[in-house]
Amino acid sequence: MNAVAEHASPVAGVSRIGGRLELDGLRRSFGAYNALAGIDIAIEPGEFIALLGPSGCGKSTALNCIAGLLELTGGEIRLGGRRIDQLEPEKRGFGMVFQSYALFPHMSVRKNVGFGLAMQGIKGPEAEKRIRDALAMVRLESQADKLPGQLSGGQQQRVAIARAIVIRPPIVLMDEPLSNLDAKLRLEMRAEIRAIHDQIGSTTIYVTHDQDEALSLADRIVVMSQGHIQQVGTPEELYQRPVNLTVADFMGFRTRMPGRIVSVTGGEAEIEVDGSRFRGLARESLQVGQSAVLAIRPEDLVASATGPGIAATVVSIEYRGRAFFGLARTAAGAELYFRADEPLSRGSAAYLSPAPGRALIFRDDAA
Amino acid sequence: MSAPSLRSRLAAQGIDGTTLLLLPGLIFILALFIYPFAFGVIDSLRPKDGGAWYANYAKFFGDPYQYGTIAATLWLALPVTIVNLALAVPIAFRVRLMHRQRLLTTILVLPITLGTVFVADGLLTFLGPRGWFNHVLMLLGILHEPLKLTNNYWGVFASLLITGFPFAFLLTLSYVSGIDPAIEQAAATLGAGARQRFQRIFLPLLVPGLAVTFCLSFVQAYAVFPSAVLLGAPAGPTRVISIAAYQAAFEQYDHSMGSAIALVMGGVELVVVVLILALRSLFYRGPAGGTKG
Repeated sequence: MNAVAEHASPVAGVSRIGGRLELDGLRRSFGAYNALAGIDIAIEPGEFIALLGPSGCGKSTALNCIAGLLELTGGEIRLGGRRIDQLEPEKRGFGMVFQSYALFPHMSVRKNVGFGLAMQGIKGPEAEKRIRDALAMVRLESQADKLPGQLSGGQQQRVAIARAIVIRPPIVLMDEPLSNLDAKLRLEMRAEIRAIHDQIGSTTIYVTHDQDEALSLADRIVVMSQGHIQQVGTPEELYQRPVNLTVADFMGFRTRMPGRIVSVTGGEAEIEVDGSRFRGLARESLQVGQSAVLAIRPEDLVASATGPGIAATVVSIEYRGRAFFGLARTAAGAELYFRADEPLSRGSAAYLSPAPGRALIFRDDAA
Repeated sequence: MSAPSLRSRLAAQGIDGTTLLLLPGLIFILALFIYPFAFGVIDSLRPKDGGAWYANYAKFFGDPYQYGTIAATLWLALPVTIVNLALAVPIAFRVRLMHRQRLLTTILVLPITLGTVFVADGLLTFLGPRGWFNHVLMLLGILHEPLKLTNNYWGVFASLLITGFPFAFLLTLSYVSGIDPAIEQAAATLGAGARQRFQRIFLPLLVPGLAVTFCLSFVQAYAVFPSAVLLGAPAGPTRVISIAAYQAAFEQYDHSMGSAIALVMGGVELVVVVLILALRSLFYRGPAGGTKG
């Protein structure tokens, strides 16, 4: 007679809930402005997807469209083959976590978490057990009777997560959930969010502008810019092989050196920058004589007091544990972020050379 | 070790040069509120015709023609306040979602600038037996004889509604837009339909603000005077309490009695306000925004 015991807790099974989520030509415009200019992607059940991009790139718009909080101006959303884009948000059954937490300020933690269950008509011992389990998962059992205003920011966001997952949603949507927290808490919560995702088996779609967060959390990252998807791939793919400068920029290729293509062989190209020639991986189709950009991460551009390399003057340098990182300026005015193993002094000459195989070469869209 | 100076001891209590900025306000309150109020209280306790200190009050509460004004005024002020709030809430909810709020808000708030006498005059022409309102309804064949809407209860009611609404609306709009929209969105994603969102989220968060709006609107309506005279039946159903006070003070030249009636009026308002605020304390009263967003 005990219905509670029979009911599987979300902790017990790591079964994948729900079906494949397909976004098909998703468009949303606000007047003449296209916030989403045709998004196509299929997300497998149980995947952790990060939507990554600068503010205004359309990532939050996409999330709100999936949640049903914004209507589409074009395209379709399907879950398990069933079209859902015309459903009201309350009919979709997705859990959503907001940047501002959006807890109900007049309800206790317990009531906040139980709200979605009450809306589904789940009451009594069953509801109590699920609320307890959800609060245990975010380690807030002892705070159940407090009001949100009595909790810290991190605790409030954990309540918001518990509130979203307690309804066992096929999809959990998170809109920059950590951006209001301090750096240390952000790191802790990041690990917790991934652990909870693995435990409940829902699909998670996580919006962020922080590449570290996206890289460490997601199974696949969707990099967006100006309403378009720039690249979809695993963290490794994006980190190693960004398809264009926009993605490279987001993946930490801070140093860019404009130059001219000297030769192209297979997947590699040679570029001439300020009289020096460098080899790099050609990430787009390139032709000899074309203007191009060599992009490299600061940690892969090594500076030393003696040549060879690009001559530059050290503008600033700081110690970061294992190595020194700094900024140097060439005679032509190009600014290069570099790494150094020795403490170069400000104003001194430095010679910078890209670590072999680490430089990427892109078309120069600005030229 | 020397004791800290008087200045630093005062500063530790939060008293310093800046405290002097309170002075003008304090003088203002003393001269224009405390003094007249105390004067009125004392005046009301010194009846014109002698007798016990409470003679004025005994006279007021012993005469149905006088104490009846309390109910007559409540009968106007309470329904008007409730209707005003009932109109303000849905309109504020709609306006909250609009992009061009300002134009509509300006139109809705315009009556506040008109003044009661102007509104009364306009309503006499508009709602009167030969006014547009009756004219149009009779032309359309909906009415066969004009409805009597002025020089009675409904005339005053309409005027209080027009002058009171902008006030209730502006206050309500500020409370409604003070609620973080993400809270409503969260409720929607958790399965709450529009009605449940209103009942379970908005209403509890709005109650404290609505209570304050109610109190302010009520006090404003309870003090009705010009429109009760101009648009109502000041000898009959709309003989409101301020008319009673006016008649005592300026027609019978009994300022002591006038003060007593004015204090009774204040007392009734106080009772209603205290009741409403007591009810409010049963609800959540913290911030309605995203707590630390």
